[in-house]
Amino acid sequence: MKGCYINGISNISAQPTTVSTTFLEEIVGHKEVIIRAFDPDYKTFIKPAAMRRMSKSVKMGVVASKMALEAADIVMPDAIITGTGMGCRQDSERFLENVLHNDEQFLTPTLFIQSTHNTVGGQIALGLGCKGYNVTYVQGAVSFETSVIDAQLLLTESPEQHILVGAIDEIAKNSTKLDILNGQLKQGECDWLTILSSGTSGTICSEGATFMVLGAEQSNKSLAQIKAVTTINDATLDESKTAIETFIAAQGIVPDDIDAVIFGNNGDQDFDDYFHNLQTSIFKNTEQLCYKHLIGEYHTASAFAFWIGCEVFKHNTIPEVLKVNEVKAKQYNKILLYNQYRSRNHSIVLLERC
Amino acid sequence: MAELQLELKEKIIEQLSLEDVEVSEIGDNDPLFGDGLGLDSIDALELIVMLEKDYGIKLKDPKEGKLIFESIGVMAAYIEKNRTK
Repeated sequence: MKGCYINGISNISAQPTTVSTTFLEEIVGHKEVIIRAFDPDYKTFIKPAAMRRMSKSVKMGVVASKMALEAADIVMPDAIITGTGMGCRQDSERFLENVLHNDEQFLTPTLFIQSTHNTVGGQIALGLGCKGYNVTYVQGAVSFETSVIDAQLLLTESPEQHILVGAIDEIAKNSTKLDILNGQLKQGECDWLTILSSGTSGTICSEGATFMVLGAEQSNKSLAQIKAVTTINDATLDESKTAIETFIAAQGIVPDDIDAVIFGNNGDQDFDDYFHNLQTSIFKNTEQLCYKHLIGEYHTASAFAFWIGCEVFKHNTIPEVLKVNEVKAKQYNKILLYNQYRSRNHSIVLLERC
Repeated sequence: MAELQLELKEKIIEQLSLEDVEVSEIGDNDPLFGDGLGLDSIDALELIVMLEKDYGIKLKDPKEGKLIFESIGVMAAYIEKNRTK
């Protein structure tokens, strides 16, 4: 493979990342456990006739994909690969409600059609008229990273292609609340900005979409190179640490060569030890960043770390709100991303400045 | 009949999520598909379900819908004649 370059990236999240041109200077603090993402002006991107059947995830995905394509100056991608942990939850929920309320009769087609996980990838392709490779990965908290790995493989076979890779997850009226009942989310209100030191179980939840355009050749649009991506289904504390050390060694570098690490801490005391274990050992002398106190947790939240990495390379600085230790890197050339969710779905990514 | 036509317009706007359309903008004889309201094949399926659920009319041949759903006026006349609830 020649390389895997991020040539455009966009993000919709619980922070105003689509309306602000600055790098997280404008931060919104949340109090509720479940928070919806900021809505961009969808009508400027989607025709009303096309938008009327779209749920939030479809609208977020379509708009984020258009923004990423515009940033990369690409009109038509050769392939569309999406990752989602839970897919179109809102339409799935409404479809099931109809099944219950109508005694399994009079089921309308729209909700059923749009309840599948690949709806977003399909709608983006329909809107663009893209007849190329179109695949959706549903792999829990590594759904997005799995999509990136597929894109890397595709670029190995067809280095001339421009691949649209995206992550989408939405919250739904009822099913997201189940995560409060089963202990995945915190009980009652909490201050998001101090959540990383909450000392309590569970996390906070939101939704979002991140899209990027990948290519094998570096261009004047290139924001970062994805040097390597790996995922691990299940790992103990020691296994995850060993996996990261092995991953770094495989790139021909040592931990001290990493300028900054972006961790996926989500304030859940039962599982943040996976991050603390690294933050106090192999990366104790490395600048550390966290982001889920800003955008919440969802299965594809880790895609936000790709966006942060690109922004760090672009602005050459790190906003205070992301920093979790006092170490300051001299430059930002190599950034490592590490995420896991409830001890499963570990992902390790190395981004490098172009 | 005028009451049923108004009811149909309101139901179509709500069930087909025509958020930017007002009842007053739908003429009784305006085509619902194509150049008129711009409905499509998925909307046709939604309307077939609506006929059965709200008016007890089960279309045996989906092709009938092409004639029945020509306009609000035609649709209302068909419902008036064939409704069972």
